Amino acid sequence: MDVIRNAFPYLMDGLKVTLYIFVIALILGFIIGLIVALLRLAPIKPLNWIAKSYINAIRGTPVIVQLFFIYFGLNTIPWISMDKTTAGIVTIAINAGAYFAEIIRAGIQSVDSGQAEAARSLGLTSTQTMRYIVLPQAFRRMLPTFTNQSIISLKDTSLLSIIGIADLTQRGQIQQAATYESFKIWLMVGVIYFIIIYALTLLANFLERRFEIR
Amino acid sequence: MSIIQVQNLKKSFGDLEVLKDISTVIQETEVVCVIGPSGSGKSTFLRCLNRLEEITDGEVIVNGHIISSKTVNINKVREEVGMVFQQFNLFPHKSVLENITMAPMKVRLMNKDVAKQRAYELLDKVGLREKADSYPAQLSGGQKQRVAIARALAMDPKIMLFDEPTSALDPEMVGDVLDVMKQLAKEGMTMVVVTHEMGFAREVGDRVMFMDGGYVVEENVPEELFSHPQHIRTQSFLSKVL
Repeated sequence: MDVIRNAFPYLMDGLKVTLYIFVIALILGFIIGLIVALLRLAPIKPLNWIAKSYINAIRGTPVIVQLFFIYFGLNTIPWISMDKTTAGIVTIAINAGAYFAEIIRAGIQSVDSGQAEAARSLGLTSTQTMRYIVLPQAFRRMLPTFTNQSIISLKDTSLLSIIGIADLTQRGQIQQAATYESFKIWLMVGVIYFIIIYALTLLANFLERRFEIR
Repeated sequence: MSIIQVQNLKKSFGDLEVLKDISTVIQETEVVCVIGPSGSGKSTFLRCLNRLEEITDGEVIVNGHIISSKTVNINKVREEVGMVFQQFNLFPHKSVLENITMAPMKVRLMNKDVAKQRAYELLDKVGLREKADSYPAQLSGGQKQRVAIARALAMDPKIMLFDEPTSALDPEMVGDVLDVMKQLAKEGMTMVVVTHEMGFAREVGDRVMFMDGGYVVEENVPEELFSHPQHIRTQSFLSKVL
């Protein structure tokens, strides 16, 4: 029990880093995803092409390679200088952004075209139609897949320990090295991740019920 | 005075020419019913009148705007042309009241209280005041369609387009919707109605257009068209539906 009691506060500090990176990356990732989804659906071919290339590039490479490319690769460019945390946030955001883009695109396309037609026939502009009619309905439908991707992104943050970010996983490694109590430490780290993710799932279920289309 | 002028309108979807050559003039306060077999292009014709379908060729003038021109501000035109759809297309995430107040508030920047006031008047008109706070999923088909009519009327349109407004309804709901439309016609609304309700066309229509194969085959006052159809295709269509 002493091992657990000693490690606990230290691991909780790591959890704070994990959650900090996760929340910022999730918000950025969502904004990226929304923009890319709209580019993907825009009636202008070059924009579709840019959006598709981005999505394919991210989906076709491992997160860890993206992380190394951003942290080590991009940092060799003279006018770019990112610290570890920034590189970590950027990696998770860019990665999640590609998946969010596809989720949002599918959500938008799942809204019946009659909805947009009705809105346009009332004189709403295409932007107003997107904002007030299509997106609110699309977001409700994408909530479950959105939750799924958020959980994957949260777990992806554990890879950031490789570049030395003192997140929950990294601190688990340090505690394990100091105590040699692999079983207890990694079980504890796992349980902490599980509790956070389970809480996220409950929150998502609550939101789904809250925003259900009556 | 004419409010809609259509000159040599053509519409193609890829290689498929749906409207081949349509010309007609619709007068203010006139109620024109468009009938014809499915695939004859009647819905496409209607949707060209507010440019929900891009016009391939020809000239369409609606309420003084040349809408077949690429440079026209189509949103401005649509503010004055209401449309009612077969599938209602109410906004499911908004209450009945919000469905009706949305366009006046967002497009005309109407004050919320004024818009609500107007929405209640329109709900009275269609007999659904007590449903103001319901959501579309809680309404029957007939009620949905009447809300859809109120929603379109909230913009005070000069013209109302109806695309088979009763085709998706249970038979016992059709009457309520047709009653609202009759009332509108009586009040002098200019209406273009694509319909399978021959009784409505005969009773309320000032003129009936029979379309087939992308052309207006025949048009006349209802009494004449239904009793003495001139064209053989009109005769054969009417013999099947009457």
